[in-house]
Amino acid sequence: MNLVGTLFVASLSCCALAAAAALTAPAKARLWLAGLCTAAAGACGAAAGVAALAGQSWSAWLPGLLPLAGARLALDPLSGAFVVVTGTVAVCAAIHGIGYCRHGLDGRVFQAVLPVFVASMLLVPAAASVSTFLLAWELMAVSSLLLVLAEHRRNTSVRRAGLWYAVMTHLGLVAILVGLVAFAAGAGGESFAQLREAGLPPAVKTVVFLTTLAGFASKAGIVPLHVWLPRAHPEAPSHVSALMSAAMVNMGAYGVVRVGLDLLHGGPAWWWLLVLAAGAVSALYGILQAAVSSDLKRLLGYSTTENLGLVMVGVGAAGFLAATGIPVLATLALAAALLHVVNHAAFKTTLFLSAGSVLYATGVRDLDALGGLRDRMPYTTALFAAGALCASALPPGNAFVSEWLLLQSLIHAVPGSGVAGAVTMPLAVGMIALSAGLAVATFVKAFGVGFLARPRSAEAGRAEEVPPVMLGGTALAVACCVALAVAPTVVVPALGRAVAVVFPGRDVVSGELTLRLAGVSGVVSPLLIAVALLVSVMAVLVLVRVAATRRARRAARLWDCGAGPMSARMEYTATSFAEPLQRVFDNVLAPESDVDVTPMKESAYLVERVRFHARVPDRIEHRLYDPLIAAAAAVGRRARVLATGSVHRYLGYGFWALAGALVVLVVLW
Amino acid sequence: MVTGALGTGLQVIAVALGSPLLVGVMRQVRARLEGRAGPGIGQPWRDLRKLLRKEPIAAHGTGWPFRAAPLLVAGTALVVAAVVPLVTTVSPLDGVADLFAVTALLALGSVALALGALDTGTAFGGMGASREMAVLALVEPTILVSVFALSIRVGSTSLGQIVTATVEDPLAVVSPASVLAAVALAIVTIAETGRIPVDNPATHLELTMIHEAMVLEYAGPDLALVEWASAMRLSIFLGLLSSLFFPVGIATAGAGVLAVLLSVLVLVGKVAILGVLLAAGEVFMAKLRLFRVPELLAGSFLLALLAVAASFFLA
Repeated sequence: MNLVGTLFVASLSCCALAAAAALTAPAKARLWLAGLCTAAAGACGAAAGVAALAGQSWSAWLPGLLPLAGARLALDPLSGAFVVVTGTVAVCAAIHGIGYCRHGLDGRVFQAVLPVFVASMLLVPAAASVSTFLLAWELMAVSSLLLVLAEHRRNTSVRRAGLWYAVMTHLGLVAILVGLVAFAAGAGGESFAQLREAGLPPAVKTVVFLTTLAGFASKAGIVPLHVWLPRAHPEAPSHVSALMSAAMVNMGAYGVVRVGLDLLHGGPAWWWLLVLAAGAVSALYGILQAAVSSDLKRLLGYSTTENLGLVMVGVGAAGFLAATGIPVLATLALAAALLHVVNHAAFKTTLFLSAGSVLYATGVRDLDALGGLRDRMPYTTALFAAGALCASALPPGNAFVSEWLLLQSLIHAVPGSGVAGAVTMPLAVGMIALSAGLAVATFVKAFGVGFLARPRSAEAGRAEEVPPVMLGGTALAVACCVALAVAPTVVVPALGRAVAVVFPGRDVVSGELTLRLAGVSGVVSPLLIAVALLVSVMAVLVLVRVAATRRARRAARLWDCGAGPMSARMEYTATSFAEPLQRVFDNVLAPESDVDVTPMKESAYLVERVRFHARVPDRIEHRLYDPLIAAAAAVGRRARVLATGSVHRYLGYGFWALAGALVVLVVLW
Repeated sequence: MVTGALGTGLQVIAVALGSPLLVGVMRQVRARLEGRAGPGIGQPWRDLRKLLRKEPIAAHGTGWPFRAAPLLVAGTALVVAAVVPLVTTVSPLDGVADLFAVTALLALGSVALALGALDTGTAFGGMGASREMAVLALVEPTILVSVFALSIRVGSTSLGQIVTATVEDPLAVVSPASVLAAVALAIVTIAETGRIPVDNPATHLELTMIHEAMVLEYAGPDLALVEWASAMRLSIFLGLLSSLFFPVGIATAGAGVLAVLLSVLVLVGKVAILGVLLAAGEVFMAKLRLFRVPELLAGSFLLALLAVAASFFLA
């Protein structure tokens, strides 16, 4: 076994160790033991992924492990990229979790399921046959469902979220199962190597692609299959949210790349235009919902939909450009998509873990009740600020680099990709730009309202800084963000090897300090931009020192129109901050508001109480899913007529069903 | 290379020193057209001097975001002033940032100010920040799609290459794509720099103000930095418009020291003319209602989209 294999097996063993420790260790040592073992598992996994990205590949066939075909595992650079992400996120989340789980989450089962979840996410990209992949996928779904339901006693909304998640994730599994089984049946074998060699008729290929796409898109939170995501992510414990949002959803993107681009070798341009359109719509819809959301974790969940949408734009553009015969740009687009996966994982881990710290310290995740954490939780505030800067895709953050690469690949596609490209690319650029602009507004709101100014509730006023171990986990994620932001010239060529699995033989970028695109013209230097910003801010500071008076700062009252000190109730809230955007996008968001006026008994003209209630429901859930659920419920009610409770009747159903099946078999065979 | 570095240094100095004068010119033009005498074009500099001499203020309940915002907004403006080709196209910093990065850097300055405003916890601060962010979000698509339209001709988003290509073939600007992109970018400039009809720099009425609401709590040297930075942003936008669509006189590769010096004068002239035109236009216009602004910006986005379409279908 080579280095990659050793590290990967070590990582899985650490997961098993963590689960065993969680089940057997006494309550006092449990959190530290399980947490550190999971972190070690993540570290080994990340190292295995790095080694795989460096070019070493590993594969294993364990015939005894599963019946029939056995389990097949393989790590190539593409799997490696996703294993690195999962591993690193697991390290940060596990360390943060040691502190976060102290209140009520230190139970045996919860602590044992978490490493299983990590192991399943390491196995999904490493799976190299249909049965192994599906088993790992289902393990990931079930273990994450158990983790989402961890706090179900505390809140009924957790149960609802769990139900939504269970149904959506299993419908997704069914779609993937149908697609991959049809693929394997057509290919005459179920290992990925055999699938790669298979020559399927185009119609079957299309069916395989579309069914698996539906399953993978629902895992990635792509509109309109995203509905579970903004429910499950807020309700899960925060470090689990980080794992789900930064690592699990990536598996959707991995699936599309692996099945669509690798196993099916691309396909007609319209497949990929579909992916691109779904991605662009998700990006816009997700960030629009995030912009008007006032629940911090729900906001982050919708932002995941946005970012995975951007990844899908990259993947779709890669497939489209490969189909139209511009491999240089296809390589670039896929590299941009993978880089965005990595960047999103880094900043979303930061954001979810710091949101978890806020929840731990205040018990509140409603932005309208937060604020004033700047002085009370200075380190968490600084860490969240770093994450928010990265999430806004502004320099010197890391997401800026991946969005820049994505935009470059789209821009250079005109005029080479014909009329289809000339129509879609500008629209895609416009949608990405609008989502980037809205992301800026969203994260200014999340940080500015949630952390700055004065506390808006007593809970926020009593907040204290969280234990160092939680800060440590978050700080590790921030360190990853910083590294990705200043050293894309190291990261992108490494990801280029992952891209080469699909589009072989091309470099993506060159240059040490500046990112220079290979094949097309485009240069940017994130490192030098960061340095230039630092230098010029220093210069301004010196200038002010020299030119301005040297008197000490004098404390003064804020401008309060002379009416006395302002209370926290006069501050802008998240809802009021988002109001202009909500008004602009009124037609898309369809916000609802209720005004309930209770008059006094004495006279209808004297008002005793006015109740105003405004909310922005998820319109897709409202318009698409509610009718479906209602229809299913109606069918169920009708079907009650069939179930009268009579055993004879049920035996009769069994007999007629069997007879019917036999008749069908006789006629068709 | 030496002349490139010289040109970059000169353009930073020109923007840093000249931008308050540009604001002075624009105010003077408005004053004269409105029948007032006006304070003279040196007034913004005199204001800055006065503000710098006042004692700095720490408003109650504000923290590091409030203090850092003026530094960051001035810092981003200086970085942008160094990387855009205003005086020379062969700047040694040209590879650092392209048009996307420049847009993002300017947005970073706005974000810093918005966070500073939210940090005060006053209703005015929140109001200004919220409006500024809404405008910024809606302006972004127009900017990027216009950049797209401009980059098609050259095959690159590098500012140096776009301007060089226009210098070599000035008539390429008179294509439908360029004209549409120019109009779209002009509207964006007005929105981003907070001029009429999007925002009114001279108003302090809470119903309408955007930028002024954000900076209401600043005083003394902090306010001086904010004012200076917003003047620099205005001159950078106008300079960029003139470089992209009318790059006459800009120093290209192989230009001597004299050409670079001349180029500074030409830049000052071009930006002054654009400023006078903008100020004169403002006299004849009223501010739009806040919720009509998105319509204006949607219109500019449409123009940018048409610009891309034109560059493909009419090329």
